[in-house]
Amino acid sequence: MAITATNVTKRFGDFVALDDVSVAIDSGSLTALLGPSGGGKSTLLRVIAGLESPDEGVVEIGGIDSTTLPPQQRNVGFVFQHYAAFKHMTVAKNVAFGLSIRKRPKDEITARVRELLELVHLENFADRYPSQLSGGQRQRMALARALAVSPDVLLLDEPFGALDAQVRKELRAWLRRLHDEVHVTTVFVTHDQEEAMEVADEIVVINEGRVEQIGSPGDLYDRPANEFVMSFLGPVTRLRGELVRPHDLEVFTAPEADTVPAIVERVVSLGFEVRLDARVGDEEVWVQLTRGEAEKLDVQAGHTVHLRVAPTQHRVALPV
Amino acid sequence: MGSATTRWSMRLVALGYLALLLILPVGLVFWRTFQHGFSPFWHAISSPAATHALWLTVQIALWAVAANTVFGVIVSLLLVRGRFPGRRVLNAVIDLPLAVSPVVVGLSLILVYGRNTTVGSWFGGHGVDIIYAIPGMVLATVFVSLPLVVREVAPVLEEIGDEQEQAAWTLGAGGWQTFWRITLPSIRWALAYGVVLTLARCLGEFGAVAVVSGRVVGKTQTATLFVEERFQDFDQPAAYAMAFVLAAVAIVVLITINLFRPERHR
Repeated sequence: MAITATNVTKRFGDFVALDDVSVAIDSGSLTALLGPSGGGKSTLLRVIAGLESPDEGVVEIGGIDSTTLPPQQRNVGFVFQHYAAFKHMTVAKNVAFGLSIRKRPKDEITARVRELLELVHLENFADRYPSQLSGGQRQRMALARALAVSPDVLLLDEPFGALDAQVRKELRAWLRRLHDEVHVTTVFVTHDQEEAMEVADEIVVINEGRVEQIGSPGDLYDRPANEFVMSFLGPVTRLRGELVRPHDLEVFTAPEADTVPAIVERVVSLGFEVRLDARVGDEEVWVQLTRGEAEKLDVQAGHTVHLRVAPTQHRVALPV
Repeated sequence: MGSATTRWSMRLVALGYLALLLILPVGLVFWRTFQHGFSPFWHAISSPAATHALWLTVQIALWAVAANTVFGVIVSLLLVRGRFPGRRVLNAVIDLPLAVSPVVVGLSLILVYGRNTTVGSWFGGHGVDIIYAIPGMVLATVFVSLPLVVREVAPVLEEIGDEQEQAAWTLGAGGWQTFWRITLPSIRWALAYGVVLTLARCLGEFGAVAVVSGRVVGKTQTATLFVEERFQDFDQPAAYAMAFVLAAVAIVVLITINLFRPERHR
């Protein structure tokens, strides 16, 4: 189901966590709320779930005004960063919780729990307790628990934040596949731009309680609305008052149209790529080259090279 | 070498301290009780005054434990989950019974509920005596054992956080369902330990109860008051016998709870 938040403001004392935020999330989409810590993205997710009530604004889920509905009546699935596993219950009981609250018949619950445990590959762990599972397994259990009640929307708050890098990568790919199978409207919070780009159809960039930009991963990377979005989504450097991607700079050994001379200070080989640190006047700039490009140029520290932004590429003018 | 010596001497000091203050005196009570075999003990403990005192103690303890269990859980939830002005004041006030002498507690209860006070005479007019009767003794016992459940439960509530409860809400559980199915099971061992400590404290309470009870033998005399009265009257076998029962119950209860508590909760 579609979710819309309209002019939502939320304050905690003097701190403004959300400042007049409006977001529309399509039914069946997989959306990331991306931004730095403390930027308000988790607060927005919790407002959608009903775990926080906004000071101003309206939240609609599936076209119904849910602003004042308690979390119990919103039919959302919520997954917490630290799993929020019910420690005194087995994995099966955890997954069955929502159904048993809804007083479903026993056989139906048993069947549904088995189905979900298979979906999250925990069918052999039904009788274990959460303390006997790894972090990744606990998070998959939490997902199964949230999905068991067939929620209208699935909300995940930094779902992979507490896991180590390898497990995080696996679960990302798995969440993407799961969404392709289940098609429930899914919103997840992350501060990791790579995670957002890899998993989401749509990214909402949130910073200091405001929405900076909404768009597809490609859109945001290639056509960032402002300096913040551009620097948050990928590496940036500056050349002549413009913010550019370091791989969008062209390097020449002789002057060309629109180039500026730069003195190379360091050449760092990182295996698959080569990084040039250079200086234009008193401004520092760095360029990302492929190994092939670097070998062709054959630059060394102390050489003078000539730089320009590749004409087709995006740039953001910096305020002077 | 040096650290091993330090470690051993620290153990010795700790053990010696415990032995002199705790093990030796309690052990002597046990030895004195059974000095002449089991039958003098049984004779002393089965007298009408003794059985009445024991039964009264049990009744008062059960009422006080029930009251402080309910109150303790509510206050713990308020202290840990609540955000209201005066929370820190409440937190400090909870510990007051540990700081105030039980005798002062007893006297202050008489000042409020005594027969010649407004409150006391109102209750008296409705046929309920508080002071020099069981209600006052229960009140005094409740007061002195007030913080024990809170001080066990509140830190555990703090530690488990509220995410499990929030997860239960999003899964459709209402406030009561969340409390019974999530919160209570999470704090059950802390609560059990708090209840046991409260029970032990209630069984052993002397000062506050002594002030408000009037010490009427066979009427308002609890087990601890019985021990004191018999000791003053040179009926030492009876005093030792009752002291033994009080100590034994407390020890058995504490051992039981420690045996049944799962390892990770100790």
